[in-house]
Amino acid sequence: MKYLDEFRDVTVARKLIEQIRNRVTRPWVVMDVCGGQTHSLVRYGIESELAGCVELIHGPGCPVCVTSVELIDFAVTLSGQPKTIVASFGDMIRVPGSNDSLMQSRSRGGKVKIVYSPLDAVTFAAQNPELQIVFFAVGFETTAPATALAVLQAAKLGLTNFSVLPAHVRVLPAMQTIMEMPDNRVDAFLAAGHVCSITGFAHYEPFACEYQVPVVVTGFEPIDLLEGILRSVEMLEQGILAVDNRYGRSVQREGNVTAQALVDRVYIADDRDWRGFGTISGGGYRLRSQHANFDAFNRFPYKHGARASQKSECRGAEVMSGRIKPKQCPAFGTACTPESPLGAPMVSSEGACAAYFRFEPVLMENPQ
Amino acid sequence: MTVAKPTSTCPVASNGSNTIMLSHGEGGRAMRRLIRDRIAAKFAGETVQLHSDAASLGKIIGEIAMTTDSYVVSPIFFPGGDIGSLAVHGTVNDLAMAGAKPLYLTLALILEEGLPLETLDRVITSIAAAARVCDVQVVAGDTKVVSKGAVDGIFINTTGIGVFHSDHRMSGSSIQPGDALIVSGPIARHGLAVLAARESIVLDPPPITDSAPLHHVAQELVDVVGGDLRTMRDATRGGVAAVLHEWAEESGQAMWIEEVRLPLLPESHGVCELLGLDPLFVANEGTFVAAVAPHRIADAMAIMQRHISLGAPAHIGQARIRQLSPVLVARGLGADHPLDEPFAAMLPRIC
Amino acid sequence: MCLGVPGRIVRWIDHDPTFAKAEVEFSGVSRVVHMACVPEAIIGQYVIVHAGIAICVLDESEAEKTLAAFSTLEEVDDEIPR
Repeated sequence: MKYLDEFRDVTVARKLIEQIRNRVTRPWVVMDVCGGQTHSLVRYGIESELAGCVELIHGPGCPVCVTSVELIDFAVTLSGQPKTIVASFGDMIRVPGSNDSLMQSRSRGGKVKIVYSPLDAVTFAAQNPELQIVFFAVGFETTAPATALAVLQAAKLGLTNFSVLPAHVRVLPAMQTIMEMPDNRVDAFLAAGHVCSITGFAHYEPFACEYQVPVVVTGFEPIDLLEGILRSVEMLEQGILAVDNRYGRSVQREGNVTAQALVDRVYIADDRDWRGFGTISGGGYRLRSQHANFDAFNRFPYKHGARASQKSECRGAEVMSGRIKPKQCPAFGTACTPESPLGAPMVSSEGACAAYFRFEPVLMENPQ
Repeated sequence: MTVAKPTSTCPVASNGSNTIMLSHGEGGRAMRRLIRDRIAAKFAGETVQLHSDAASLGKIIGEIAMTTDSYVVSPIFFPGGDIGSLAVHGTVNDLAMAGAKPLYLTLALILEEGLPLETLDRVITSIAAAARVCDVQVVAGDTKVVSKGAVDGIFINTTGIGVFHSDHRMSGSSIQPGDALIVSGPIARHGLAVLAARESIVLDPPPITDSAPLHHVAQELVDVVGGDLRTMRDATRGGVAAVLHEWAEESGQAMWIEEVRLPLLPESHGVCELLGLDPLFVANEGTFVAAVAPHRIADAMAIMQRHISLGAPAHIGQARIRQLSPVLVARGLGADHPLDEPFAAMLPRIC
Repeated sequence: MCLGVPGRIVRWIDHDPTFAKAEVEFSGVSRVVHMACVPEAIIGQYVIVHAGIAICVLDESEAEKTLAAFSTLEEVDDEIPR
């Protein structure tokens, strides 16, 4: 596919790896904060290729993984209500809440619909006026325009049977939280490319300055990733603590202003409980009051602070903050697998644990 | 399996009705007419069990092969096929992959109350056409009607009877290190067709199933490649990944493949990228994997090339001595990655 | 959560600010994509599509620049004896 395959060229990737290796004078720790990047880094074997010169750690880049147990429990409850359907992305429906995932709820008669786009859920609501459709709106800033547009379309169509369960999370506050952790090891960040397609990267500039950490806006294909890592290493070696963009084909400094305006009409930044991290100030979006009638929290009874628990063996929070590697968790691959996950990072295909489980090369089989 | 619930408020079949009713399954005149006029009539000229409780198959010379499979695909119709043709191809292919020539099928239908008769007609017509193409006779059948909601429209079970056309018995356990793994054509077509149709993902052109009978290509492979053909299997649910895992378990060897060698139509590639699916896990219904001795690769591929309409068989990897992981894929920069076993249906993701 | 795929705009269907739609082609397959975030995009341009909506117009000159940089990268490196 054009603009995809060219950026997977193995020969170019090898050259970039060599350049990175040549550039490094000490091992650097680079964190990605996007599950799509985690997935590619592990899938293409970039991580093992760079072993010994760049340590890649995978931050809280999977919005499905950081969605709070309370919200999942609420979605599960809603899916069990009469004439109510919870719609969400395929990634979300296997993530366990306190007890059940949406998938398990469905097996007990809960109504869960998987959609590719929130706008498909709006169309479905318009076609089924007798049903209440709740869209479980997970995702980073990348996904917020799609769900904001869903609210605006539903408003235009005058739908009274469509609502959104807002669970969006924002990346920069999470990066700040990680930098504030006393045992944080991050030397540089790869900023998530498609998040920046929407938000731009100007707002990372004060962050890079304050925390003395280079930030490189990076794409998703192996060559994009290697370029981003190479640039991070160059900046670290030269002591440049600033923001650079290595995903120019999809990201501009000011981002997509139309999309930002659209999000701003519907959402406002709010504190958000991140699974494994606790409350992050400004870490999510809630619906603006003028769209309160599309807010599932208003339409359905919701008990704040409902008792919720994550299975205690899961060390997902330590994985997502880069304190341990997935394989250092005693449950990894034994008590915890994608088939029966203990925690969210093993569930979503972009969760760090699932990516490792699936793609990490078997070192014994690759002695070179 | 859900069965018909006896009910005291059974509606009486009226002549004007155009949907299936419970009375169509209750042994009376409605059922007799349904079977006679809408099912058996489509199989005219064949030795359908009609007026007897059992069909006579006469004498079969050779070693008999038998298989059974149930079909519950939703939606019933999808681009390039439907549950009816699938129920014939799937069972014919199970016989073919074992090295048997398919001869007879049984046909059991479980119909949901309220199913439009027009839908039933289309499915039966499709079954009859597929059976004709596969040169198999539908020799026995059964029809049940269950209350609304107990099944999704129509479920079908077919049992296939065939006869092995050589003494060579294939099995995953005969795979040896160094054997080549060959896939017969572009993968992932059926799964994408059904997923797009079921989840109303509108694509233009819509993905089309690869559902097709494999008995001719299978027979020629068995005849020509003989004992050097270790085994073959159609890569249905769980896709190529599922076949490789089965063979790894049966043989005790590792199955190693290279991702770049996997045959994939450009449009399937586009849809997989768009929906975030790994084509290795997506189902096929007319595409199979064969394990052959390395010196017979060219022979096997030439035969596949001749029979499979879309062409492009591909030598995707080989069996190796097992170290740790049962199935390995060389991806990306070339390192081998373990491939996990399919455990759940692939869902469109946005992550 | 950032699966974004580049596709080429084949046809505009609707220019309404809320319901903007276009037909976008991905490797031979077309799909209707919501365009509210890229009203300026024109036929033939590539957009990055995420969850059914175009999130940005792909800057082809930037992509070509990156690709050109790779080709010089190869040439330079090829001269280094290994």
